[in-house]
Amino acid sequence: MSEEYNLMLKELGVDVELHDELMSTTARLHEKTFQSRPSRPETMAAFDEAAHAVHGSRVQEVRAHRQAGGKSIGTFCIYVPDEIALAAEVLPIPLCGGTGWSVDYADKMFPRDICPLVRSTFGLAFSSTCPYKTLKDFAVGETTCDAKKKAWDLLGFKVMEVPQKKAEMDRDLWRAEVRASKDAVEDLSGVTVTPEALKSSIRLVNKKRDLLGKINAYRKLDPPPLSGLDALLVSQTALAMDTGAFNAIAQALADELGARAASGASAYETPGKRVLMAGTPSPLGYAKVHDVVESSGMRIVADESCTGVRYYRNLVDETPGDLEGMLDAIADRYFTIDCACFSPNAERFENVVALARAYGVQGVVQNVLQYCHGFNVEARALENALKDADLPSLKIETDYAEEDIEQLKVRAEAFREILPDAPPACNVRAGAGQG
Amino acid sequence: MLTCGVDIGARSIEVVLLDEDRVVGEIVTDSGRNPRETAEQVFLGLLADVGVREGDVARTVATGYGRRRFRRADAVFSEISCHAAGVSHRVPHASTIVDIGGQDSKAIRLMGPGRVSDFAMNDRCAAGTGKFIEMVAQTLGLSLEASGALALEPGPAIEISAMCAVFAESEIVGLLHGGAEAGPVLRGVFRSVARRTLSLLGRLEGDGEIVFTGGVARNPAVVKALERLSGRPVRLPASPQTTGALGAALLAGREC
Repeated sequence: MSEEYNLMLKELGVDVELHDELMSTTARLHEKTFQSRPSRPETMAAFDEAAHAVHGSRVQEVRAHRQAGGKSIGTFCIYVPDEIALAAEVLPIPLCGGTGWSVDYADKMFPRDICPLVRSTFGLAFSSTCPYKTLKDFAVGETTCDAKKKAWDLLGFKVMEVPQKKAEMDRDLWRAEVRASKDAVEDLSGVTVTPEALKSSIRLVNKKRDLLGKINAYRKLDPPPLSGLDALLVSQTALAMDTGAFNAIAQALADELGARAASGASAYETPGKRVLMAGTPSPLGYAKVHDVVESSGMRIVADESCTGVRYYRNLVDETPGDLEGMLDAIADRYFTIDCACFSPNAERFENVVALARAYGVQGVVQNVLQYCHGFNVEARALENALKDADLPSLKIETDYAEEDIEQLKVRAEAFREILPDAPPACNVRAGAGQG
Repeated sequence: MLTCGVDIGARSIEVVLLDEDRVVGEIVTDSGRNPRETAEQVFLGLLADVGVREGDVARTVATGYGRRRFRRADAVFSEISCHAAGVSHRVPHASTIVDIGGQDSKAIRLMGPGRVSDFAMNDRCAAGTGKFIEMVAQTLGLSLEASGALALEPGPAIEISAMCAVFAESEIVGLLHGGAEAGPVLRGVFRSVARRTLSLLGRLEGDGEIVFTGGVARNPAVVKALERLSGRPVRLPASPQTTGALGAALLAGREC
């Protein structure tokens, strides 16, 4: 990092030497995965910059906000409503770790055989390489999965209880939790959430969702003007930037994609089979499985994960004008999230099949982080649901390490070789022998 | 038309030369320290033995881990597709293939000759592979052939409970110190490999004959354990170690 940034980082308690190591690892991976690809929309440069800014100018922004008296909170799940915090003038900062570099530092407090995302996140904190560690007033966890749930215990986070089921009483619980979170951010900032402020934050975040929807809709085209890797980067930076600033570059990208679509420009230079990626999230720093899949003759044209459709699907209903109505509308929108932590989760299977059909894919890759029991156990049932819809699927279960990439490519290539030439409702041609 | 298939694996390299669909030359060798170089040497050596020049070969396909670094290949295919093609050539009615190599085990389901409908591979674990068997043989001070033969003799088997090859080794050392004999230990180990294989097969449909290929298929005790535990007949095609290279050579001849 530059001298200027390193000085600031030191003041924030960051171990600058280790941080430089982290930065060169992530920069190398970013180059190898995203920047090595041909035919990228020009606007993607803004997203590359935003990704690098997470440890640079974004830190400055957050620091400046706090130096001016502003408050901020750390978040770790797309279930935590940004709208509430923003309306209380509290900045939500997503802190999910996507780098394999920090995973081993989690040994200080966590067992090895748990979710690598959780280990990566806390590894960043324990190695003193997270610039936001001292730039937040508190962190908000949620009760989505076991590893996270116990982590919040150990570290004294505030916790939102995300229900286990989707019945009426669960909706009531969630609506109550959303209200409790409003109280918590109001206490923090001393700012009361007014209907005007909440309306405004709902509109802002809805705008982000709407733009992500527009950008990703272009991937229905054949050929798609945006690659699966770049679409992932767009989602990853949506979680890393100031919402207004993100919306601006997202609009620019949507405009450029419109032009590319009109001219039939493709994000790919070699032929590939269209696939949907479903499963666990890929936080900024982690693009391993997307890279493997897109390096094996496949084009990811849709992504169902928390760093894909699950993040932006469904807007908050903007009809209610009163505070209570808006709070319910927010809670109800987040309640539609179909994470595998819910039991039952039948709606997810319908959603995945519908998405696969809408995007005309030939197959589905299930991307499951090792030790993610929810998604891993659900994977077989999803595979069967996909079979019923004539969609072949491949499950890739892996962690943040780089050693098994070659093995994963063997599986990915073999899968691509058996994919039909067209989406279901067409006859399957001899898979072996088709390149 | 001459086509060539080169299967560059972690432990061994196979090259098969086909004239239409007739094998005119084949070779199996260890990968050694420099698989890429070895593959080149063996490829050129086989051509020389058969008496053809590289220019006479219409197309060469490479498969296996080293497939992308073999410069003389015209195309690459996954070992899944290649084994499917190779096995179907030798066993046209094959519908389930199990291939256990040095560090990979795979199960392949076919919906017609050479047409893969589904496959399953071991997940980052060497427990059901040749690596595990080699390690055990080494611990017992036996060659692979001797361990296979010994385990085939009638006798009891000691169940190996460890899921992981590394822990299994500790378990085996413990058993030997406790006075256990090599025969029962080996039978337990081969049963363990068969169980891991069954769990791979469990992910796929079908309950008919299994065609068994790969280096581990040469171990008659593993074949027997697989038959016993699966309740399914197990067939060994001729030259089970070269089905990958054969399939690659066949795919080289097909029009894309």
